[in-house]
Amino acid sequence: MTAENGDVIVSLKGLEVHFPIRLGILDTILRRTHGVVRAVDGIDLTLRRGEVLGLVGESGSGKTTTGRVVVKLTRQTGGSISLDGDDVSTLWGTRQLREYRRRVQLIFQDPYETLNPKHSIREFVAEPLVVNGGVSRAERETRVLAALEAAGLRPAADFASRFPHELSGGQRQRVVIAGALIMNPELIVADEPVSMLDVSIRTELLRLMLDLRAERGLTYLFITHDLSLAWVIADRIAVMYLGKIMEIGPAEQVIRSPHNPYTKALVSVSPTPEPPTAGERARRTILVGETPDAAHIPAGCRFNPRCPYVFDRCRVEEPPLFDVGGGQQAACWLAEGGRELPVVPAQRVAAVTPEVAGT
Amino acid sequence: MSQAPTPSGRTLPKQADPDAPLLVVDGLKTHFSLGSETVHAVDGVSFRLDHGEALGIAGESGCGKTTTALSLVRLLPANATIVEGSIRLYGIDLVKKSPDALRRYRWREVSIVFQGAMNALNPVHRLRDQIAEPLTERLGVSERDARRRAGELLELVGIPKKRGGAYPHELSGGMRQRAMIAMALACRPAIVIGDEPTTALDVMVQAQILELLESLRHELGLSLILITHDLSVIAETCDRVLIMYAGRVAEEGRVEEIFRRPRHPYTQKLLAAFPNIRADRRTLEVIPGAPPDLRHPPPGCRFAPRCEFAMAVCTEVVPPEVTFGDVRVACHLYPEGSDGVPVTTPTADAIGATMPLVEPIPADPPIEVPEA
Repeated sequence: MTAENGDVIVSLKGLEVHFPIRLGILDTILRRTHGVVRAVDGIDLTLRRGEVLGLVGESGSGKTTTGRVVVKLTRQTGGSISLDGDDVSTLWGTRQLREYRRRVQLIFQDPYETLNPKHSIREFVAEPLVVNGGVSRAERETRVLAALEAAGLRPAADFASRFPHELSGGQRQRVVIAGALIMNPELIVADEPVSMLDVSIRTELLRLMLDLRAERGLTYLFITHDLSLAWVIADRIAVMYLGKIMEIGPAEQVIRSPHNPYTKALVSVSPTPEPPTAGERARRTILVGETPDAAHIPAGCRFNPRCPYVFDRCRVEEPPLFDVGGGQQAACWLAEGGRELPVVPAQRVAAVTPEVAGT
Repeated sequence: MSQAPTPSGRTLPKQADPDAPLLVVDGLKTHFSLGSETVHAVDGVSFRLDHGEALGIAGESGCGKTTTALSLVRLLPANATIVEGSIRLYGIDLVKKSPDALRRYRWREVSIVFQGAMNALNPVHRLRDQIAEPLTERLGVSERDARRRAGELLELVGIPKKRGGAYPHELSGGMRQRAMIAMALACRPAIVIGDEPTTALDVMVQAQILELLESLRHELGLSLILITHDLSVIAETCDRVLIMYAGRVAEEGRVEEIFRRPRHPYTQKLLAAFPNIRADRRTLEVIPGAPPDLRHPPPGCRFAPRCEFAMAVCTEVVPPEVTFGDVRVACHLYPEGSDGVPVTTPTADAIGATMPLVEPIPADPPIEVPEA
């Protein structure tokens, strides 16, 4: 938001994506709804040029929907989105979106589904150029090879003539990255880009993404359910829960000193490849139950039914994001005025009996 | 041959030797035939599982960890065969059993929880009935009793009894995985195998399921085999870990030892490639290259082509598995008598730079096997 933190490339203000629940075609015809799924429920988020912002959340948190709004695949139902200061909220239709989509690209999770098995790698990577037109065949070929090369697929000419089934999972994801690179985008929204891959291959791809950022000044919105992946790659981390941002700030701060109880619980249960000591086990907060569905968001703070720190105010009033210093913000009444979370003794909220999804 | 009770009060199969260890797998080879070629998916794997113990089998896709698990319960695909080796449960060699005879052991002695509870549960049957099925089918329990027992099992895994009438699609992913666990426990098996039991779940739900497995293990005196690519899951829940690479055992030992002082270069790399929220940022290791094609595995050590410490011998001779105290490692850097210290000193920055896990640890107390 402030200029000293680098210039803002994308800014979301009060973004809302509400899906009406329609049961059957009659509802659609009569425009009848049975409630609303509040997938994204009013978030403010700025992406600064050249940063990796990790958007972390469990299933149903709205992280993927947020990403889809940023690439303009899903329409927001409220709030605004701007690119480089220009309001693009109402920018729709193929023609108008062409330039936007050149600058903002999307990478999906599953490289097996993204690639058409009947198209060669060359066809896949060149497709955006063909669609946009105005590029000669020779130039197209040069750019395809350059993109493959940049994605670490060498020799590029050899890879270009191959088909998806001839590639490993890691190579496929590189092809997908090459396809995103060919338009020389400024922002890449990567939705769980390495979640399907083995650890050793993951690292290579994360490195590639960081290298590309260094070379091309790319910005990433890195969407993941895995806090430790965000920890490894992101400069800043935003934690989402049920359509809201619970905490945002520099990765070090969010992970090392979380100010929101949900973030704190997530950090405490994020497994590491080190056997936990008895003390670490005791400090873990395993939350009871499951995330409620986004059609029935609890009143007050949406995390209050599962929060180990809950008190009266949380049940009636939703906390805004409070500044807690160093560019970190947390949505929790306990963080008001930048306070630290109190230490709750032995708050091991055992979870052998989950709540029945009683709606 | 009298029937002896096991620690959990179960009845052993008739041929069981009460003094034999719970499970000993020796030199297991399971190969797949692919057209005219043979895939050496599991190629000489040995391990042992004691009562009440949790063993983690880890490795990347294609290392043979799932094939090993499926070999134990013989749920292999049609083109796979166990070509060599033995699987001794209470001293009874399961490999020699006919498919029919093996049915006596599957579910009743060894049961398995699969990864995708969504696909493993039958979508058109109520939860209660699916859990009751192995009881009526395998144990000949009356339908009424089986349903009652199914209700108890659901409570045990933390699903309220009244939800037993639900169909799988009415449940969340975590609940489905709990139901799978209830099903696996139905016949009171001695061993439960979890094949990536938490992989598709959110981290908080994963923590809940791992906690459930842990408490069940202690309450019921279960023995667990956890198959996963996720080393952190093993660090959380297991007593011992077996690292597999390309169909063979790379290293095996107590979790504390292997994770804090990995010896095999593959184990070192694997651990260093794993994102760790409690370690420094952006220090992940890359393992160059790809695992070998198991139709034509390399002659010597299978990790040699990717190993930065590879010596001439590594590409020619299969490294024998050498045991140092509690650790078994198959690597030429650690020959017999080397006492677990590499014979050639690797360059300092090759291991040390991004490995916060190398400091020596004090001796650990012996493994505790729960009595109950």
